[in-house]
Amino acid sequence: MNNFWTVLGYTYMSKLKSKQFIISTIITLVLILALTNISKIIDYFESEEKVTVAVKDETEEFFALFKEQMSNINEDIHIVQTTEQEEELSDKVTEGELEGYLIIQQDDQALIKGLYKSESIADSSIANELQTALHQVKTFVAANKLDLTNEQLLLLNSPVQFDREALQANAKSEEELSQTRGMVYVMLFVIYFLVILYANMIAMEVATEKSSRVMEILISSVSPITQMFAKILAIALVSLTQLIVWIGVGYFSIKQNLETMSGGFFTFFGFQDTQLSTIIYGVVFCLLGYLLYATMAAFLGSLVTRIEDVQQMITPMIMFVVAGFMLAVFGLDNPEASFVTVTSYIPFFTPMLMFLRVGMLDLPLWEGFLGIGILIITIVLLAIFGAKVYKGGVLMYGQSGALKDIKKALQLTKNK
Amino acid sequence: MVLKLENVTKKFGNFTAVNNLNISIPEKEMFGFLGANGAGKTTTFRMILGILDPTEGNITWNGKKIDYSTSPYIGYLPEERGLYPKVKVNEQIAYLAKLRGMDKKEALKELDYWLERFKVPEYANKKVQELSKGNQQKIQFIASVIHKPKLLILDEPFSGLDPVNVEMLKSAVIDLKNNGTSIVFSSHRMEHVEELCEHLCIMHKGSPVVHGSLREIKRSFGKKNLIVHADFDVTFLKDIPGVVKSKMTTEGIQLQIEGEYVAEKIFKELSGKGFVRKFALEEPSLNDIFIEKVGAEYE
Repeated sequence: MNNFWTVLGYTYMSKLKSKQFIISTIITLVLILALTNISKIIDYFESEEKVTVAVKDETEEFFALFKEQMSNINEDIHIVQTTEQEEELSDKVTEGELEGYLIIQQDDQALIKGLYKSESIADSSIANELQTALHQVKTFVAANKLDLTNEQLLLLNSPVQFDREALQANAKSEEELSQTRGMVYVMLFVIYFLVILYANMIAMEVATEKSSRVMEILISSVSPITQMFAKILAIALVSLTQLIVWIGVGYFSIKQNLETMSGGFFTFFGFQDTQLSTIIYGVVFCLLGYLLYATMAAFLGSLVTRIEDVQQMITPMIMFVVAGFMLAVFGLDNPEASFVTVTSYIPFFTPMLMFLRVGMLDLPLWEGFLGIGILIITIVLLAIFGAKVYKGGVLMYGQSGALKDIKKALQLTKNK
Repeated sequence: MVLKLENVTKKFGNFTAVNNLNISIPEKEMFGFLGANGAGKTTTFRMILGILDPTEGNITWNGKKIDYSTSPYIGYLPEERGLYPKVKVNEQIAYLAKLRGMDKKEALKELDYWLERFKVPEYANKKVQELSKGNQQKIQFIASVIHKPKLLILDEPFSGLDPVNVEMLKSAVIDLKNNGTSIVFSSHRMEHVEELCEHLCIMHKGSPVVHGSLREIKRSFGKKNLIVHADFDVTFLKDIPGVVKSKMTTEGIQLQIEGEYVAEKIFKELSGKGFVRKFALEEPSLNDIFIEKVGAEYE
C-alpha cells in the first residue's frame, strides 16, 4: 500500500512538473480567458468600426422614420441620406468610404421596397438589420393607411404563445429539458475529453517506462497491479488538478465580467435549475468512464515496445470513445430512440449514452443503476484481465499483432 | 539468509525455459550464474524476484517465499539497463529507493557516498540522458544497491565498462559481499566469475550442466592445459594419445590433455629434441569448461 502512494505521488508530481502539462494548461487557460472575455475583446475591436450606409430615398418621405428605426436596432450603423447617382455611390463603396447603400422605392401599390447594394453580400448581419428596420417602417405605414390605432397595431404584432407539455406525470418540462440538454452536452464533452486526453496520457506513461526499460526495476519492487492502479489514479488527479485550475480561472473570469448579472456563474450556463441527480449521475459516469478507458489504455500501453507504437495500439479504443460520443450527440435530439437504449447497455458506450438517457429522460431508477452496475462489473473484469496482460506485457519486447501480444502476455503471467 | 531454488521449472507454453533447477546460495557468498544467450538466466532471475511464477518447484529465501513484502531486502540490476532518461539522477534514485522502503533523505545521503566512490559526484543533478553509457551504468548499479539489499542480483554488471570502471565496480561488489550480502552474479566474462565467485552454475538450454564450487568443478573436470613453447616444430604433439584439443600459437602450442600423466609423457617426448623455453601445466580455465559444456553442442 505504501508503494501505491509512492508511485502515485511520483507519477503525479512528474506529470505536474512536465513541460507538456504546464504548456497545455497555460494555453487552455489563455483560451478560457479569451472566451470569457470575448464580449470585451469584441467591443475593443468593434468600437472603432462604425460603418456608414448611404440611403437613397426615392420616395422622399420615409428616410426620417427609417433612420429612427435603424438607430433603435443598431447604433453602430451610421445612416446618411444621399441624392448622389448610383455610379458615384458604388465608387464610394469600392473605395471603402461606404459599407453599402440602400435604395428605398415604392411599388405600384404604394408599398415600400428596398434594394441594398454592397461590395459583397457575405456579411448578412447589416443587410438583415436594414431589412428589419425597413419592415418596421412598412408595417407602420400600412397601419397608418388602414387607420389602425396603436393598440390594434400592438395586438397585431404580439407573438403567438406556443407551449409544449409532456403528458407523463414526472416528465421533464420543456424548460428543464433545454437546460438539461445544455448540461448533458457539456458533460458529454467532458467525458469525451477526459477519456481521450488522459487515457492517452496513461498509455504514454506506461509505454515510456517500458521503452526506457526502467519498468523491469519497477516491477521487481512494486507489483504491476499496484503500479497500474497507482498510475491510473495519479493521472486522474492530474486531470482533476487541471480541471480545477481551468474551472476556477473560468469562474472568476466570468464573475469579473458578469458582476451585474444576477444568479452568477450557473445562470450563465443555464444550469441553475439542473436537477442535482443529473449532476451526480454526470460525475459518476464521468469517473466510471475514465476508469474503464484508463484501465484499457494502461494494459494496451504495456504491450508496445516503442513509444511510437502507442497511438497505433490505442486507436481502436479511441474509436470506441468517438463512436460513443457520436451516438450520444445524435441521440441528444432523440433520446428515446431504440439505438440509444440498446447502446446504453454496451459497457463501452454506457458512460455517455446512459448518462444521456438519465439526463434527458425520466428513467426508472433501476435503469440508471443497472448501467452503473454494468460499468462497475466491466471495470473490475477489465482490471483483472488488464493486470494480467500488464504483468506479462511489461516483460515483453519485440512486436507482433495486438491480439497475439495479449495472448503472449497472458501466457507469461500464467503459473500452470 | 539462504536462497534456495528447489526443482524449479518454468514453461512458456510448450517451451521449457528453465528445467529442474536446484541451487542454494548461502549468505555472504557470490554465486556465479552462467549460460549462453537464451539459456534461461533472465527467466530464473525473474522467478527469484517473484516477477514470474515458476511452473513447478519452489523458491525460498530464508524459508520464506519471495514476494513484494521482501522487496526492501532485494536489489536487482537487470541486463537491459533502464532509467528514466529525462529525470535527474538524484530524483530517480530517491524514487527507486523509496519503492524499496528507504526514505528520501537517507537515500540522498547514500547516493552522495556512492557517487563520491565512483568519482562522479557532479552527476547528482544531471539528467540520465546526458550521461555516457558507462556512467549510466554506474547510476544503475547505485540504484540496485542503494537500499543495502541482503540479496543482490547482478545481471551482466560489467558490460560496456572500461577496465578502470570494471575494477571500481568489482571492488564495490566485493565490499557488499563482505558486508553480508548474498549476490547472484551473471556474466559472459569467465575471468570475472573465476575471480569473484566461490560457487557457480552453468546453464544450458534451461538445464544446469555444471553446478558446484569453483575448485570442485575444476578438479572434477579432470582435463588440464599444457603450454609448450619451443625452438623446434612441436606440431607432432597434437597426435600424442591423451591430447584432447590443440591450438597452435605464434610461439608454440597449447594443448588440452586428459590428465597429468599425459604431461609426463609429453615431457619425455620433448627431451633431447631441442631447447624448450616454456613447459607449463595449468588448471583448466572456466572458459574452457564453459566452452566444453555449452559450446560442444554447437559444434
